Amino acid sequence: MNWAAKFSSRSVSPFRQVDHVPMSNPIETKPAEAERPPGLRWKARFPLLSLIVERLLLSILLLFAVSVLIFGGVEALPGDFATTYLGQSATPQAVANIRSELGLDRPLVTRYVSWLGGALQGDFGTSWASRNSVSEQVGRRLGNSLFLAGFAALIAVPLAVGLGMLSVHFRNRMPDKIINVLSLAAISLPEFFIGYLLILYFAVNFGIATFPATVYEGMGFLERLQTIALPTATLVLVVLAHMMRMTRAAILSVMSSAYMETAELKGLSAARSIVKHAAPNALAPIINVVALNLAYLVVGVVVVEVVFVYPGMGQYMVDAVTVRDMPVVQACGLIFAAVYILLNMLADILAIVANPRLRHPR
Amino acid sequence: MSDFTKYLAGKVTAGGMNRREFMGRAVAAGLTISAAGELFATSAAAQAPKKGGALKLGLEGGAATDSIDPAKATSQVMFAAVRTWGDTLVETHPQTRAPVPALAESWAPSPDAKIWTFKIRKGVKFHDGKDMTTDDVVATLKRHSDSKTESGAAGVLKSITGIENKGGDLVVTLDSGNADLPAIFTDYHLVIQPGGGVDKPTAGIGTGAYKVKSFEPGVRMTFEKNTSDWRSDRGFVDTVEIVTMNDATARIAALSSGQVHFINRVDPKTVPLLKKAPNVELLTTAGGGHYVFIMHCDKAPFDNNDLRMALKYAIDREEMVKRILGGYGKVGNDFPVNDTYALFPEGIEQRAYDPEKAKFHYKKSGHSGSVLLRTSEVAFPGAVDASVLFQQSAKKAGIEIEIKREPGDGYWSNVWNVQPFCASYWGSRATQDQFYSGAYLSSADWNDTKFKNEKFDKLLISARAELDEKKRKDMYREMAMLVRDEGGTILPMFNDFVNAGTKKLKGYVSDIGNDMSNGYVATRVWLDA
Repeated sequence: MNWAAKFSSRSVSPFRQVDHVPMSNPIETKPAEAERPPGLRWKARFPLLSLIVERLLLSILLLFAVSVLIFGGVEALPGDFATTYLGQSATPQAVANIRSELGLDRPLVTRYVSWLGGALQGDFGTSWASRNSVSEQVGRRLGNSLFLAGFAALIAVPLAVGLGMLSVHFRNRMPDKIINVLSLAAISLPEFFIGYLLILYFAVNFGIATFPATVYEGMGFLERLQTIALPTATLVLVVLAHMMRMTRAAILSVMSSAYMETAELKGLSAARSIVKHAAPNALAPIINVVALNLAYLVVGVVVVEVVFVYPGMGQYMVDAVTVRDMPVVQACGLIFAAVYILLNMLADILAIVANPRLRHPR
Repeated sequence: MSDFTKYLAGKVTAGGMNRREFMGRAVAAGLTISAAGELFATSAAAQAPKKGGALKLGLEGGAATDSIDPAKATSQVMFAAVRTWGDTLVETHPQTRAPVPALAESWAPSPDAKIWTFKIRKGVKFHDGKDMTTDDVVATLKRHSDSKTESGAAGVLKSITGIENKGGDLVVTLDSGNADLPAIFTDYHLVIQPGGGVDKPTAGIGTGAYKVKSFEPGVRMTFEKNTSDWRSDRGFVDTVEIVTMNDATARIAALSSGQVHFINRVDPKTVPLLKKAPNVELLTTAGGGHYVFIMHCDKAPFDNNDLRMALKYAIDREEMVKRILGGYGKVGNDFPVNDTYALFPEGIEQRAYDPEKAKFHYKKSGHSGSVLLRTSEVAFPGAVDASVLFQQSAKKAGIEIEIKREPGDGYWSNVWNVQPFCASYWGSRATQDQFYSGAYLSSADWNDTKFKNEKFDKLLISARAELDEKKRKDMYREMAMLVRDEGGTILPMFNDFVNAGTKKLKGYVSDIGNDMSNGYVATRVWLDA
């Protein structure tokens, strides 16, 4: 059973039916018999460690599968690097020269194996187009993406959780409704539209924000922060509603459960019952949705990058796909997959750490 | 002086109008030619270039895959960049497009135009301080033309058989006569690099007005003034920054908020809005680029010239220029050159929308049923709309056009030059010969209409070697007529280059050679404080 199924069966929130389904949780599939084989005994003694090890091994397998898929996918696209890169100015001679130089005339499997050989040794090769080291370029772009995503998350996560709690506190009263309507409005608008609105008002009309948000090497930290203000605001608005509503739904569902009523009847203080009993159970779904949104912030913001002229990973990969620059596409694809896998794993681990029932399985 | 001529003089001072445009309009407004000439001179003198400042350009057409190697410069951004840091042997005059000396001081052909001798300028230094020599020139040209080349200029250099340094002069030998060789050397790929750029093609070292300071492909490129530039009539600003901005709205926002001084590729649809911005000025130039619908002359049903003629008469050119180009363009006449080319054959009757003639030819062709036209947004801006307009105007002539929208990705490898009838575009080339040789000669690599005409081929080859301009022009007229009346090209419109700048940007030269002042925008403009 996976997390999505688990939580939707509890019908915590409609947001559980999101399309990004995290990986299955091995804890759930564990047999509960008393007589276990030695491997499982080890697993029972160190549930968290065994989960991490298992996940890491699985991730390697997944990344391998992703690389095969990307390779096949780019191969299936019409035209190869030589023809698409030279475009209309391609002569057959120049195309043939590029093909033989890059070894594009070798069979598919040979090319994949030679790429894999390099990648396993940490060498992602050089970009076919710019002839620069992929690792170096990716490093810079990934740094930019993480910088933007990091600041957006730094603002969005506390804001979302805070607003969620606020709306629980004022449940079904005016503040709750206002928060709900505004955040739903923000999530309903396409992100490029929010971006354009922010540009129009803050950069063009009032002239108080920096645009374009192009960051580059040698830019001071404060200048950098100022430059990314608008894209950060856009991203915050885009991811806020999702996390806020999840927080609200999770807390509400826990608060209405029988054991909370018992706690209250037992005479526990409100603070103690929330910290000891409600929070651990509400945290898991919140962590999950936060992880999904963080992943989105890193890998899914191509449109925002284009609108704000921000040099992140998304645009980098799109450019590479356009001319079939395989080493770059592969490196980007693997990083994207790794970010998703890692964040989901982190979410699962945190959920287990936060939840005593999962931490000490029977 | 009437208000109108005052306005024109103002445009000259602002740098928005060249002499030919100015004279034409001023004379039309009632000024005598000599008076107009004087007025142009005084207005132009009023604009003494100002030095200093940091110029910022926001350009469409860059990608993370851009290479600084001039041989591989294909995008708009790299085109402008190469023109900023490098020099070619020859440049073109912004208004007449005649070859003018640059790194080559002068040149002379042999009587059969097969052997050309170029005198190479002395005392020019590369950015790294080394002298530029004839050997560097030879090595550069060899790198772009040898059998191992991956250069985008390989196509235009195909006829070269020998490149030598003879006593300090560059001597180029061709397999057949070509009167246009100097014009070929204006190609932006062919900037002279130290040692030809063989060892370090991506060093970005040339002889241009600006030195490359930093380059991040698809993001940003910065330049600083080359203080030992061999020319004093360019390079006015201190630093240049090119930011890749592929989003049209982002470019306009950056320009109207004053964050960049110049943008390219303004969508004609947004021009009326942009004109309302108080600090922005539109910079348009007529060019030789054009949008086409191409039919394969060797595939049914387009192997029938009557069907081709029927479709040529069934397109409403005026409406296309108005609706697709927002008026920023000129109607085409079904041959791929216009008056931005030297030796343009004037006076050929303009083909117009004529449903009756279309019907006549359609009936004569004996074709029945619909004709399948493939189109895509990437074919040219507004190509899908243009195809629908074509469909509607053809319908009035009783011709059914079925439109198939193709995905943009892979359009140039799967549809263009493969399918018998599709939408496409062409950029301008340096000369008529270069254009026809690339796309209309029977054996051309990019003969995308499969136009195979022996008479045309013979004319093209003999015009190429003809040094008598009058005779040459007559040959070009004959060739244009052949393409217009027998070819597979439906050419409804030539598009203008539509750029925009802030009012601070001065000295922009409308260069008919290519977009963005033929790529020289950064070296030609200055910033008014």
